Amino acid sequence: MIPRGIAVLWEQRDAMLSGLLTTIGIAIVAAICAGVLGLVLFSLLISRVRAIEVTLIRLIDLMRCVPFMLFCYMIYYGLPSVGIVVGNLTAGITALTLYNAAYIAELLRGGYEALPREGIEAGHAFGFHGWRLLVRIILPPVLLSTIPMFGNQMIQIIKDSSFLVIIAVQELTFAANEIQATYYVPFASFVCAMLLYWLLCLGVEAGVRAVLAVAERRR
Amino acid sequence: MGPGDYLAIAAGAVNTIAVSLLTIALGTPLGLGLALIRWRKFPILDGLVAALVSLLRATPSVTLVLLVYFALPTVGLELPRFAAGVATLTLGTMAYNCEIWRATLLAFPIDQLDAARAFGMPRALRFRLIILPQIVRAALPALVNEMTLIIKVSPAVAVIGVIETTRAAVRIGAATYRPIPPFLVALAIYVAVIGGFVATQRMLERRRRVEALA
Repeated sequence: MIPRGIAVLWEQRDAMLSGLLTTIGIAIVAAICAGVLGLVLFSLLISRVRAIEVTLIRLIDLMRCVPFMLFCYMIYYGLPSVGIVVGNLTAGITALTLYNAAYIAELLRGGYEALPREGIEAGHAFGFHGWRLLVRIILPPVLLSTIPMFGNQMIQIIKDSSFLVIIAVQELTFAANEIQATYYVPFASFVCAMLLYWLLCLGVEAGVRAVLAVAERRR
Repeated sequence: MGPGDYLAIAAGAVNTIAVSLLTIALGTPLGLGLALIRWRKFPILDGLVAALVSLLRATPSVTLVLLVYFALPTVGLELPRFAAGVATLTLGTMAYNCEIWRATLLAFPIDQLDAARAFGMPRALRFRLIILPQIVRAALPALVNEMTLIIKVSPAVAVIGVIETTRAAVRIGAATYRPIPPFLVALAIYVAVIGGFVATQRMLERRRRVEALA
């Protein structure tokens, strides 16, 4: 049973590889978009405009109560009902982006709250305001202290991307499921997918360690 | 949405809560067991558990639930959908809980154990009376956080056909051609359930603080 599974998987390696590449592609695009959007949300959160701050915190808290699968369905079925028609892949990446942007804004805010106030006050005293204060004074230490959390979020994005199988995005779990359904080799195909996800996550962890080592050396 | 539709989502919510509670009840002690294996540094087992936890933490629940549901029958173990769903979520949360318990065990002050040993307290008693009450308190916030994560990944069991909250909402949306209202009802249910967990944790912490003062 299992040797046959491995043989079938080897024959179907192109399908599995294409699923893996799709997962990697989705995760990278979603991570970049969510990172940018998360930064924008974060800068609004610390803008000290009370109304914006309160609204955003409510929205972020709400987002943190929604299961990703429900959110994914809401985007997939919801966008067309407000007149926006997009493909499955775009809907999936949009859902991953919006969902994770809220988490990223929150983790940046956590890093910001833990920051000693003196540095920011000194920045004010030296005439840094608005955009320049954010980019030159606030962001460098906040980003540095949140590197490990970014790694965790990246792993979360990779894992969440498997939910896109429900809207027929042809990522790794979809590929494994197709092979399983066609050749009836469930054990080999899903274990193979699991090992590939593991590899991706170990890669992210190694990447985080490398970035931290570089940051430590540059200090 | 008619009254029947609300009832269908409520039935889904019962499944969401049942799956989540069973997973919590199984996954929390299993995680503690794994953490103890790593803490006591049993040879070979220690490494195996570390690898298993790392693998499970990297595996998406959707992939794992498909594996459990479709692959176990090939080795002669046929689980009904619901049981397969609970087994999957338990495996995942067990790995995360192992790390939570392990962190609190590693932070446990060793001098307390030395003192107990000096009084000749046997190992099982030391664990039950000295370690357990303290690590439960220390781990509680992280454990509750993990419980809310279980509720958030619980829709994964819909992939193998368990009708829980999300799946029930999707079905109603498909039948009525108006997907948004059932999704909002489902959303309200999740907010209430997850909010309930967080409120319970806050209450427990408050009560503990009052006890500490008294």
